[in-house]
Amino acid sequence: MSVSEMLNIGMMQGFAGLSLFAVLLLMGLGLAIIFGQMGVINMAHGEFMTIGAYTIFLFSTVSENYFPKFVQSYFIFAIVAAFFIAFALGWFIEWALIRHLYKRPLDTLLATWGVSLGMQQCFRTFIGPKEVSPTLPDWLMGSWSPHEGLDIPINGMFVMVLTLVVTGGVLIALYKSRWGLRVRATVANRTMANSIGINTKKTDRLTYAIGCGIAGIAGAAFTTIGSTGPTSGSLYIVDAFLVVTFGGAASLLGTVASAFGIAQMQSISEFFMTGSMAKVLTLLTIVIILMMRPQGLFASKIRR
Amino acid sequence: MSHDQHNRTSPRRRIMQGLMVLPLIALPALSFGANPPTAQVNTTKLAVTDTEVTVGQLHSATGTMAISETGSIQAEQLAIDQINAMGGVLGRKIKVIKEDGASDWPTFAEKSKKLLINDKVAAVFGCWTSASRKAVLPIFEKENGMLYYPTFYEGLEQSKNVIYTGQEATQQILWGLDWVSKEKKAKTYFLVGSDYIWPRTSMKIARKHIEGHLAGSKVVGEEYYPLGHTNFNSLINKIKAAKPDVIFIAVVGGSNVSFYKQLKAAGVTAAKQTLLTISVTEDEVLGIGGENMQGFYASMKYFQSLDNANNKKFVEAFKAKYGAKAVIGDVTQAAYLGPWLWKATVEKAGSFDVDKIAAASKDIEFKGAPEGYVKVHENHHLWSKTRIGQAQADGQFKVVAESPELIEPNPFPKGYQ
Repeated sequence: MSVSEMLNIGMMQGFAGLSLFAVLLLMGLGLAIIFGQMGVINMAHGEFMTIGAYTIFLFSTVSENYFPKFVQSYFIFAIVAAFFIAFALGWFIEWALIRHLYKRPLDTLLATWGVSLGMQQCFRTFIGPKEVSPTLPDWLMGSWSPHEGLDIPINGMFVMVLTLVVTGGVLIALYKSRWGLRVRATVANRTMANSIGINTKKTDRLTYAIGCGIAGIAGAAFTTIGSTGPTSGSLYIVDAFLVVTFGGAASLLGTVASAFGIAQMQSISEFFMTGSMAKVLTLLTIVIILMMRPQGLFASKIRR
Repeated sequence: MSHDQHNRTSPRRRIMQGLMVLPLIALPALSFGANPPTAQVNTTKLAVTDTEVTVGQLHSATGTMAISETGSIQAEQLAIDQINAMGGVLGRKIKVIKEDGASDWPTFAEKSKKLLINDKVAAVFGCWTSASRKAVLPIFEKENGMLYYPTFYEGLEQSKNVIYTGQEATQQILWGLDWVSKEKKAKTYFLVGSDYIWPRTSMKIARKHIEGHLAGSKVVGEEYYPLGHTNFNSLINKIKAAKPDVIFIAVVGGSNVSFYKQLKAAGVTAAKQTLLTISVTEDEVLGIGGENMQGFYASMKYFQSLDNANNKKFVEAFKAKYGAKAVIGDVTQAAYLGPWLWKATVEKAGSFDVDKIAAASKDIEFKGAPEGYVKVHENHHLWSKTRIGQAQADGQFKVVAESPELIEPNPFPKGYQ
């Protein structure tokens, strides 16, 4: 193999690591808000992603059949819609279920797991058991090839840009907006926040709904790299929890760092050993690091 | 045995049976077409009456495997409806008891016990994954049931109580590899599979064949990924570095979709790379998207586009029942064969008894098979042809090659284990 070929593969491999980083971060972000900030173990996180993915499918089918002009542009609107549909459902579930369980964090695990099973069966019954994949606009397909032998996937770049926008948005909202201030106050000390006039119930509901909405965006973005079926969500949930736990539950920066670390470890080891062994090595490393630092990479500095 | 049973029959039953024989004696000319008496065709207390025979259907209607098994459920139901419309089996209408294995192997075992012990079904059409088949096999052998199993699988199994209507691994793989080696002048192969028994066994067979039987050929990579894996970018770079003539694939389930979408996004298309898969049927292309699969090859015994009279009739009937958008994959067709082969065997044996059916299965033919002509081998697998289909943008396959002869099933291939 010539030097230029090795360089090409090296560059593509570097991009593969970055694009896996984007995927993991997008996956973990919504969960980091819900689990990290509110302490709710949201097992239905994957299903909210699936909702987002099905929204894309719905838009793609409708635009294909009724508005062929929009086939090239529906995707952007569908992502926004995915956020709001998942947001609305999250709002409803918080109101119906989660708010009764804040004092019992382990019960939220069971309750949201039940929600996830229920949602899976709804997808299966009302949408169909077969996996679907939406017709993507042409500009999202294929690869960008600056020169012979170097192919950068366009969908990978798209997911990276989207992740950048969403993560930036969340960070700004959390540290610069009134909502962010209220969330941080509630996380730091719920009783005190309540006593100085913050409506913690409302804050919780909004936070949960935003977390779900971001999961919807993530699901929407993943239609460009995978398929959507009733149980797709369960594929993502483990990775999402891994990213959040490894990063340190209460820290968004920790989530970013941990997504980056896991992605690089995974994609580099996958290149040099078999897929299953790479997964084993990655998990083993994470377990060892968590044994030494049970609080995760970045612990919150608040005294509890 | 038969004496015991006779003694236990109630007097009323005996009179009824006696009455049934009467017209046979009195009117021999008219007796042609009358059903053979139940006592004669059912000596093992199966759920067979004078007008009805009960069979079971055991697939996953819920859970993760529902994606794949739905097609089989539909095809078996279609075959049973068609047989009933023709007058049933030995003059008895087929009644189906549907059980849901729910993608959970212990549930499969439990439901098969229910079907065999409580319902006394004459035959069961069902299972899909090897894991579910392995879970029910001991029960079928102990309770002496009859299972018609539709999926192409890894081989290394043979049972008196199972008829395997899909291909075993050597039937599907060897001819496909010969074809790609001859037609594409392939010398180097990269093997990729999901990490469980079927891909691992299949790749073992493929490797032995490539290294031992295809002159000058070698395997340049062999990789397995966990079920449900969705990120293949590193693997694709590894394949690019190895530059194989052929990528040989047995990736299953949702991973499939990610794999082909990412291949296309990385610029690996049919124009630059030959790819042969043994795990993508029309059902999977539905999820992958025809545009991502276009130009790649699959090795199967059946494609929906097969051009013969049987298949035209089958596709038409299937679409009439399940909608114009329904697609039919290899396993769906194999599932359709089950009830027909069972009917032919029962009629040859003149009995619903499992022992007699097992013994009579050898050389049972089905000339109406959508895949063409099939015959049951002594080892309870089917003789079948293998075809190479090239994926088209519309999600169908174009058949580009076909084995000239029926390929003998060989579930315990010597030198390949």
